[in-house]
Amino acid sequence: MIRFDEVSFTYTDAPRPTLHRVALDIPEGELWVVVGETGTGKSTLLRAINGLVPHFSGGVLAGTVTVDGRTTKDNRPRDLADVVGFVGQNPLASFVTETVEDELAYTMENLGVPSDAMRRRVEDALDLLGLHDLRDRSLRALSGGQQQRVAIGAVLTASPRILVLDEPTSALDPAAAEEVLSTLARLVHDLGLTVVMAEHRLERVVPFADQIVLVPGDGAPLVEGPPEVIMRSSSVAPPLVELGRLVGWDPLPLSVRDARRQAASLRLRLASRTPPGPRTLPAASGADVEVAAASKLSVSYGPVVALDGVDLSIFRGEILVLMGRNGSGKSTLLATLAGGRRPTRGTVAVDGTDPRSFRPVELIRRVGLVPQDPGLLLYGESVRNECRTADKVSALAEGTTSATLDRILPGVPADRHPRDLSEGQRLALALAVVLAPAPTLLLLDEPTRGLDYPSKDRLIEVLRELAGDGHAIVLATHDVELAARVADRAVVLADGQIISDGPARQVVCHSPVFAPQVSKVLAPDEWLTVDEVRQALAGQVPA
Amino acid sequence: MTRAAAPRRRSLHPVAWWLWAAGLAICAMRTNNPFLLALIGAVVCLVVSVRRSSAPWSRSIAFFLRLGVLVIVIRVVIEILFGERGVPGHVLFTLPRVPLPSWAVAVSIGGPVTLESMLNAFVEGLQIAVILLCFGAANSLASPYRLLRSLPAVLYETGVAVTVALAFTPELVQSIGVVHQARRQRGVPTKGLRGMRGVAVPVLESALDRSLQLATSMDARGYGRRVAVGKGSRRLAGAATVAGLLLAAVGLYGVIDSGSLFGLGLPVIAVAAILCGVGLALGGRRTARSRYRPDPWRRPEWMVVGSGLVALVAMAVAHALDVPGLTISFTPLVFPSIPLLPVLGILMAVTPAIVAPNPYRLSTASTVRDPAVRGPAANEPEVRGAAGRPASSDLSRATT
Repeated sequence: MIRFDEVSFTYTDAPRPTLHRVALDIPEGELWVVVGETGTGKSTLLRAINGLVPHFSGGVLAGTVTVDGRTTKDNRPRDLADVVGFVGQNPLASFVTETVEDELAYTMENLGVPSDAMRRRVEDALDLLGLHDLRDRSLRALSGGQQQRVAIGAVLTASPRILVLDEPTSALDPAAAEEVLSTLARLVHDLGLTVVMAEHRLERVVPFADQIVLVPGDGAPLVEGPPEVIMRSSSVAPPLVELGRLVGWDPLPLSVRDARRQAASLRLRLASRTPPGPRTLPAASGADVEVAAASKLSVSYGPVVALDGVDLSIFRGEILVLMGRNGSGKSTLLATLAGGRRPTRGTVAVDGTDPRSFRPVELIRRVGLVPQDPGLLLYGESVRNECRTADKVSALAEGTTSATLDRILPGVPADRHPRDLSEGQRLALALAVVLAPAPTLLLLDEPTRGLDYPSKDRLIEVLRELAGDGHAIVLATHDVELAARVADRAVVLADGQIISDGPARQVVCHSPVFAPQVSKVLAPDEWLTVDEVRQALAGQVPA
Repeated sequence: MTRAAAPRRRSLHPVAWWLWAAGLAICAMRTNNPFLLALIGAVVCLVVSVRRSSAPWSRSIAFFLRLGVLVIVIRVVIEILFGERGVPGHVLFTLPRVPLPSWAVAVSIGGPVTLESMLNAFVEGLQIAVILLCFGAANSLASPYRLLRSLPAVLYETGVAVTVALAFTPELVQSIGVVHQARRQRGVPTKGLRGMRGVAVPVLESALDRSLQLATSMDARGYGRRVAVGKGSRRLAGAATVAGLLLAAVGLYGVIDSGSLFGLGLPVIAVAAILCGVGLALGGRRTARSRYRPDPWRRPEWMVVGSGLVALVAMAVAHALDVPGLTISFTPLVFPSIPLLPVLGILMAVTPAIVAPNPYRLSTASTVRDPAVRGPAANEPEVRGAAGRPASSDLSRATT
């Protein structure tokens, strides 16, 4: 169905090819997952399938990509629109029309599908994707998961044989991501579609994949194989696989169900041990010192209530993870704590003072907020320039910020433009800039979006160190595995209200949506991470 | 799952709303009787309040109302300050005169202000305000997106560009807010020239990013696909359009300057329109587009346009019969008579409030989730059965 024949691709002005002599043959009716660290060329590979690379990106492509018998050399993306449906990361940025129904019909209108057939296919898509009740809705009024389903439906109606998705779940909460992925699995199994998708959070997609393509980057050859095989040796692996490797399960479990079947003996072995208690906070840091508090806090945007009577205290040295579905008020809570939103009712205080009353220079000493897109904080021409500005603004000794950056992530090139950094590097720079004035309260909104596993590990280490130094950290995230590894305390928001607040272990383990894989496998015991199990088993595991 | 459980509440064809509003606007242009003007305004407001949807553009009527009031106020204030003096009348009050140099003799500031001049200014302002209100009504009743979809095929791509731009503005405003906040978070001033640069650069960057993403998506979804069409047909389309536009210019000149061209204005415009139509139709053959559920033109559309036309015809007939009370002079000051025929015509224009279909309401609530697919419990069995593999094992937890 899709054939890459000795395909090499070099972006204009790039010193090295991004893809080097890639040969792939993707048969019809399979779901392939492309994995790899950030910036290794996953998107380039996906975009080459429908000719967006090179027609849209520029650069030089050697070799041929053949899709359903047509080469991308002779066919532009728009000419392949009837064969390949392409869904990007951010559905909202891809919408052309206003309402769900019009969006579903848009591709067909371009292809000149007769109007009765169009009507039929739109109705089919509405049913297939469970969008029937939303047909007249404005696209901007939908939740993230619904938007992504509309984006998939909008290319499906053109009845393509191939669906290409570039990280379709990266912005979604766990439940919405599950919803999108199971929709995709259904399309593959029921309609025989060929699906190729890139995904960062392997734990979500591995159970669905027929074949995995590992893009190592730097033009090194691709590795492809069935998930069981790839996962045995892959450097990036979901916690489930790591657990399987640790205990020596064979075959390697790819889904929680597979793992639970083999886990009986492990549960028995762990029965005598208790999961570690809450992380003991360094006594010297004064763990009972309240850094920030919200009381009866409500925030509305016009008729929409984003926060509804939230009471929350944040203490020194703790890492608090904020969870909840898209639109449940997490970002609003962070923005309000940082003084960016005026409470409609109730109060919010940082160090006992309303954060809105601080002057900007004072504010950065108290609260540091890293927004969802860390690039927003960065506007200098180079990393060095950025660090110097940060020193100057908060009257720090010269070099403080760049020293902070080195501690978080050594080796960020100082003369690079912030936009040319990798996601991980950019996040590190934004963190350094925010942390240099040593704010007592650090807020992070979705910090792992687009981060690969090594960058995530580094982030977790950094956050632990910072909490050890006495910073209070609030982290809004959809990434349950990250939450399991880093959180002391978890707060779950729903419709602007706090529905649970307590030690992370209890909160996540008792939610089917927010539980990490390890806890699902080892339930009812409350184990959260592979590391915990590893330590508990130390000395017991057969080599 | 049942399909089309409830009949879809449709919205009236946007062109019908615009024609209706245009009819009333022309009525308002042809009279300065404050009672007729007020009646037109009342009819427009009534129809809008009954038949507008809850879409964002529906709120534009409030903006136009405010704009109208502003126009009246400005007109009256200008009259008080700079109005023509020396016309006899009932003096309300006298402003001190500001002496002006001799070269500005045509302008006078201050002096006696008469009731007549004030009324005249008020009515002039009212007339403009009512015309604005008619446009506001069309704006808030007709979806700009659906209006663009009614464009001929050739103009479609331009239409899409406008649609995208319409959607872009609110996002830009939102983006400015986000960047502003991020700025503050860096302890950087957000005001002044430097602050503006700091906000503008990232906003433009993200706007550029977003438009690239949109362009990618549009290209991947077949925007701009062309059907091979002979060179001859393409040239013919171009020639017809250019000739049509030139003739239209000549024809308009003929209509405006009635002395020249011996009444050829209208026929020339008709020929021009036909030529343009041919050009558009021929050009449209290059795109293979089809339309999804084009807005139908049915009886309600005819009735709405008809009601606007009735008002217009009543006004024209009244003018032809020289019915008193259409154009009022305020010197001498008499109570204006209210002509019956235009009143009846304008009252007819209220029919859309009854005959136009009730618009379906676009929800603006931010995140309402559909329960059908929300809960893992509802979704699970179906997915597991179809996919053959477990979609998720969330429930394994819940059952233990």
